[in-house]
Amino acid sequence: MDQPAPPDVEPDAPADTDPIWLGAVETSEGAQELSDRSDTDERLLAVERGAVLRLPEGASLDPGDVDVETPEDETMIINLGPQHPSTHGVLRVMLELDGETVLRTKPVIGYLHTGMEKTAEDLKYMQGGTNVTRMDYLSPLFNECVYSMAVEKLLGIEVPERAVWIRMLMMELNRISSHVLFLATNGLDMGATSMMIYGWRERELLLAFFERVTGLRMNHNYIRPGGVAADLPDDWRDDVLDILDVLPGRLEEYDTLFTNQTVWRQRSEGVGIITQEQALALSITGPVLRSTGFAYDIRADFPYLHYDQVEFDVITGTVGDVFDRYAIRINEVRESMRIVHQILDRMPKGDYRIQDSKITPPPRARIDESMEALIHHFKLFTEGFTVPPGEVYVSVESPRGELGCYLVSDGGSRPYRMHWRGPSFANLQALPVMMRGGLVADGIAIISSLDPVLGDVDR
Amino acid sequence: MTWSRGQEVLHPARDAYVDTVRRLKEEEGFVLCVDVTAVDYLETPPRERPDGIAPERFEVVVALVAFDPPRRLRVRVQLPASDAHLPTLWDLHPGVEAYEREVYDLMGIIFDDHPDLTRILMPEDWEGHPLRKDYPVGTVPVQFKAAPPTR
Repeated sequence: MDQPAPPDVEPDAPADTDPIWLGAVETSEGAQELSDRSDTDERLLAVERGAVLRLPEGASLDPGDVDVETPEDETMIINLGPQHPSTHGVLRVMLELDGETVLRTKPVIGYLHTGMEKTAEDLKYMQGGTNVTRMDYLSPLFNECVYSMAVEKLLGIEVPERAVWIRMLMMELNRISSHVLFLATNGLDMGATSMMIYGWRERELLLAFFERVTGLRMNHNYIRPGGVAADLPDDWRDDVLDILDVLPGRLEEYDTLFTNQTVWRQRSEGVGIITQEQALALSITGPVLRSTGFAYDIRADFPYLHYDQVEFDVITGTVGDVFDRYAIRINEVRESMRIVHQILDRMPKGDYRIQDSKITPPPRARIDESMEALIHHFKLFTEGFTVPPGEVYVSVESPRGELGCYLVSDGGSRPYRMHWRGPSFANLQALPVMMRGGLVADGIAIISSLDPVLGDVDR
Repeated sequence: MTWSRGQEVLHPARDAYVDTVRRLKEEEGFVLCVDVTAVDYLETPPRERPDGIAPERFEVVVALVAFDPPRRLRVRVQLPASDAHLPTLWDLHPGVEAYEREVYDLMGIIFDDHPDLTRILMPEDWEGHPLRKDYPVGTVPVQFKAAPPTR
């Protein structure tokens, strides 16, 4: 068989046959490019905050602070991510660099978009929990709780006292597990690799407890419309006390490792500053907003469940830099432990879910002896329950900020529309503001300090 | 103004939308805009609204927060399917930037004067707006071939 003749390749091939060049064409995404520098007029130059974000002039940075007059041929546009260990998943950040100084930043998202809001319209209210719990996978119990609260508000039902306190207990423990994982990844991003191991070690304590209670370490589907899926195990109090005994000492170790350590403070202090006006204008919530000194915590400002009956402090920062955001989270772990101690004292006895067989399934044992229970069970798991028409917006304070659920019912057994207000999605808008004028190495610290969860961003 | 399950809702007309949000921000202290979303009421099921506001196919929902005293408010605007345009809130609340892009991407509502109205979650060459009710789910084109002949 004849071998095909090798193609005639000239030593200097034209650009359109160069494989490397062709590859670049295939991955370029027209509208996601940063616009030409020559397109930036005087007004935009003054208000420039990156290609995505142009703040009104009042709140914008003084253009004299950074050398924005740099001609285009001296700046360089690079992509950070989406496959980059410091981007916490699949965040892609386009950076315009002048040397090593960041000028413009554009977060590009959507790599993890799976249409969970559309999926929710096909799931019955009882099934919805399994869908939403996978969004912000580091704080699944918050997702379930806000979803359940929205459904309950539409139904107009109150859950039993014990279910409310169980929800608070689980959510505060989840906040601790999410924050220690932040400490772990934050340390790793900044080069303190041993912190990575410590943070995961502490998180393991919490996940082991979740597994004992819910049967799963993540994606629990434990908090459901009408209450929680199962009562706490018999020895839950000892388990929680064990965790609460261990954690304070570990947090002191973190203080030694980070808070009082010169290298860490020099790396994080004064980096990625955002002002209170900017943060409010950009819809930033959670620890990032509180780091600017604005004490917006939904638990305190719009108390839900029984947060008006427990004592805790809203931790705020003063500067709004990376260090403040770290310090707020490590102190919020302490506040959460304080809340858990109060929950331990106040946990009432009683039902863990509402005793309304139109909404929650009957206990398994009843099915064997009661025809009615069997019918209810069958109806619930085939048709589900119907929810009166209406629309509500319910929000809780997740470890990352305001987690909201906008739920519309048309009177059927599935949501007509579910919208998820993910805190990470809005918080990413702070990136162009925080990164401008800093170094690329600081950019890693800044992305980390936002603690974005891309499952929550893209949904 | 209506109440939905104890939550305050405003229903401005489309022309008064930006002015309403501006007044809320400047006079009533709603400085934080936490959410912009939209609902596609394809067959316009009955929904709560004051007299004088006709139900349309699309409804844009904006969630606002005031702090002194703490208060929440929703703004719902009706948009006809034939002309799904709405002025942007970006000059008042720059933080709606990503949310309006998301609504445009998934629901196909055009926000006039938005600085960068491009797709945000879906790929850029995507056709259609997936969260619309007439957007079919699960129609991956399948090519059926004749079964192989038996030997």
